[in-house]
Amino acid sequence: MTKLGQWLCGLALLGSAWAALALAPLGLQPPGPLRQALLPLPVYLLVAFGCYSLATVGYRLATFNDCEEAAAELQEHIRAARADLRRRGLRL
Amino acid sequence: MAAPGPGRVSVLLPTYNERDNLPLVVWLLARTFSDSGIDFEIIIIDDGSPDGTQEVAQQLEKIYGSDKIVRQLFLLPSGTAYIHGMKYATGSFIVIMDADLSHHVRLHFMYCGKQKEGNFDIVSGTRYKGNGGVYGWDLKRKLISRGANFLTQVLLRPGASDLTGSFRLYRKEVLQKLMEKCVSKGYVFQMEMIVRARQLGFTIGEVPISFVDRVYGESKLGGNEIVSFLKGLLTLFATT
Repeated sequence: MTKLGQWLCGLALLGSAWAALALAPLGLQPPGPLRQALLPLPVYLLVAFGCYSLATVGYRLATFNDCEEAAAELQEHIRAARADLRRRGLRL
Repeated sequence: MAAPGPGRVSVLLPTYNERDNLPLVVWLLARTFSDSGIDFEIIIIDDGSPDGTQEVAQQLEKIYGSDKIVRQLFLLPSGTAYIHGMKYATGSFIVIMDADLSHHVRLHFMYCGKQKEGNFDIVSGTRYKGNGGVYGWDLKRKLISRGANFLTQVLLRPGASDLTGSFRLYRKEVLQKLMEKCVSKGYVFQMEMIVRARQLGFTIGEVPISFVDRVYGESKLGGNEIVSFLKGLLTLFATT
């Protein structure tokens, strides 16, 4: 199954569970407070996911390594390479 | 031509206008491999560069020998350089990398070490873990990179931390199998390869790499790139 397929299945499952509980006809409804919490649940989850995303990306951005040493080493290697290649007959 | 040793590594280097970087990359590769005693060959696949890249490749072939440097010239649709290059590869492992010095070549032997350590089918370089990282990137570029990677992780759950890095080592049979299955072009192709590899049950090891911004030449990350990345990501999401 494709990732899209998996998402659609998952959403359909969760969606129907939520709809069954939160939008149930009178008489089959769960108790009051539970229903109060269930109704806006999808929105809560979306907002929570949004916050999680922002926090994660922000953290990863802040901890993104800067490779100073690698850059310096590369410059050194380039110098050595040019000298050696010139010696071996490469016309740059 | 000498028979390949059991652990020979073939490096596929697609080039376009890399006259300045190419000799440096080749020199670094040759030195890294010979220092660590790894049998290698470098396959330069040029896309008809008008800047003299082919002449430079010819000179390098004279310097290092034609068993070490193999030159091919094609006028290629994007993303097919590897398919052509692979036909000429005699090694049992294939390294795919950019010829623009953005990948730190010293790490090649770490790749080979990592591969042996875990007997992995694929070893992938990652900028996002361990002491991997970047140099010369401004905040905007880092943000876009991390944001795009987060989106990719959420949507594709690929099991590898860096999908758009193009610094990888593959077992030859694994790469051939993946090439048959993958249909995208450009760097979305790189992403598709990892996703399909996971689906086919191949093992993937990771090595932190430092991605130093292009030494010579222009780096591209504009609105176009972002749009095509999103299109590619959504295509992979819907088809894999």
